[in-house]
Amino acid sequence: MSIQLEHIHYTYSAGTAYEKHALKDVSLEIPQGQFAGVIGHTGSGKSTLIQHLNGLLKATSGKFYYNGEDVYAEKYNMKNLRSQVGLVFQYPEHQLFEVDVFTDVCFGPKNQGLSSAECEERAKEALELVGLPEKYYRQSPFELSGGQKRRAAIAGVLAMRPKVLVLDEPTAGLDPRGRDDILEQVAHLHRQTGMTVILVSHSMEDIARYVERIVVMNRGEKMLDGTPKEVFAHYRELEQVGLAAPQVTYIMHDLKERGWNIRTDATTVEEAAEEIIRGMKHSYD
Amino acid sequence: MIRDITIGQYYPAQSCIHRLDPRVKIVCTILFLVSLFVQNSIWGYALATLFLAAVIRASRVPLKFIVKGLKAIVMLLLFTVVMNLFLTKGGRVLVDFWIFRITENGLRTSVFMAIRLVYLIMGSSIMTFTTTPNGLTDGIESLLRPLNRWKVPVHEVAMMMSIALRFIPILLEETDKIMKAQIARGADLESGNLIQKTKAMVPILVPLFVSAFRRANELAMAMEARCYHGGEGRTKMKPLIYRAGDYAAYGITLLYLAGIVVVGRFTG
Repeated sequence: MSIQLEHIHYTYSAGTAYEKHALKDVSLEIPQGQFAGVIGHTGSGKSTLIQHLNGLLKATSGKFYYNGEDVYAEKYNMKNLRSQVGLVFQYPEHQLFEVDVFTDVCFGPKNQGLSSAECEERAKEALELVGLPEKYYRQSPFELSGGQKRRAAIAGVLAMRPKVLVLDEPTAGLDPRGRDDILEQVAHLHRQTGMTVILVSHSMEDIARYVERIVVMNRGEKMLDGTPKEVFAHYRELEQVGLAAPQVTYIMHDLKERGWNIRTDATTVEEAAEEIIRGMKHSYD
Repeated sequence: MIRDITIGQYYPAQSCIHRLDPRVKIVCTILFLVSLFVQNSIWGYALATLFLAAVIRASRVPLKFIVKGLKAIVMLLLFTVVMNLFLTKGGRVLVDFWIFRITENGLRTSVFMAIRLVYLIMGSSIMTFTTTPNGLTDGIESLLRPLNRWKVPVHEVAMMMSIALRFIPILLEETDKIMKAQIARGADLESGNLIQKTKAMVPILVPLFVSAFRRANELAMAMEARCYHGGEGRTKMKPLIYRAGDYAAYGITLLYLAGIVVVGRFTG
């Protein structure tokens, strides 16, 4: 059960003045159940990459296997892939259209050809998963607040019960509290359902807290791939491509440079605090 | 899919046509379109072909790109050709079959009509390919300025046009995004009969309208925040000024027009 990309190339508007190589030789394997982050600057190809994962874009060259099956084979059932790999776009609330939230969330399962009773059951389950209170179910999606709209839209994808959930910048345009809420919810979702979650972001801070693995994209190429600790160890290289490691990485490195005897691979504020306390104790002893 | 529509698009390149003043391009395009209708002989069309080919060559826009724009009028073209072919009477009868009758005049008119339509589109797309939307509206505003005297709000109309043009790529991109988002949710946009297909458009059109209104609101706000108050007393950062090349372009076009008139007089 995994996603396997081999040497994927993708070119936009091939043969015109607007030709652009969005992906260059990207190979990637994501096992089932992993919580992975894809990070990169604007235009690094991260959004292009994830649109390949459910077949919205077809690679110009390269291979894509889902659970060992060749997605680009002629007989492959794309509709099936799309219900297995749920893709939540940037600003997903812009895709809401139905008269009320509940009906909108039913749209996905209805397209899967399920009975209306089953659709409703799934919609309910999905709305509970994203933590949207029941009183909003019968309201127009356009009357909700920004954060609630986003939850409703994410529920719209979850209602299809995907095995893989891909979220493109799910926190864009939210205030810090809304951002933390959504990310917590996604992390909770991952723990509860065990689905593969791929989180796309340009903010290290967002990602570092939650994911087990980070893939760094730069100019259409995979630049780094590893656990957060491994990736942040390259913080100088990250800076060169316009990305920053989490602030704690800088503090730890600065302290180390000033002669503190501490480890520099903390990725969250809590870890850093612990390490600094340990370091202080050490120097007083 | 949507990116394939090339009609009305700007094609960035370095060429003498690109550098021309937009007013020149607008006026010359209109003259060219008129020239297609004032004559109706094989020599006239030959001259028009020559002129168009030279301009396309000079513009450095790939011919493939210009021809692609014709896709949009294929239906109209077929309809015109078929109608003219069967309904024009006169001349020798070439084919007579059941209720269909093709005459020499019919064949002639339909072929010329098709050429006219194709050149019409190619001629005007050369203008849009080589002029940025902003340049185009600047040119129109400047050409229509005399209408100000009769209280026509020329600047406002030009501003509306440039905003509308600016919104085309934005809304296309938005449509593309919404379509992808709904396809990702299992929406089926391709199969089914006409009614089912129309119904399948609802999940795309509703968000598209909402987004268009939201963007319009944001733009209005941004313009007000910059104290926009219409055209009165407004100056331009890059005013349009005729250069030597522009006069040359006018000269060449007038020469071509004269040629068309002469050819028309002798062969018509």
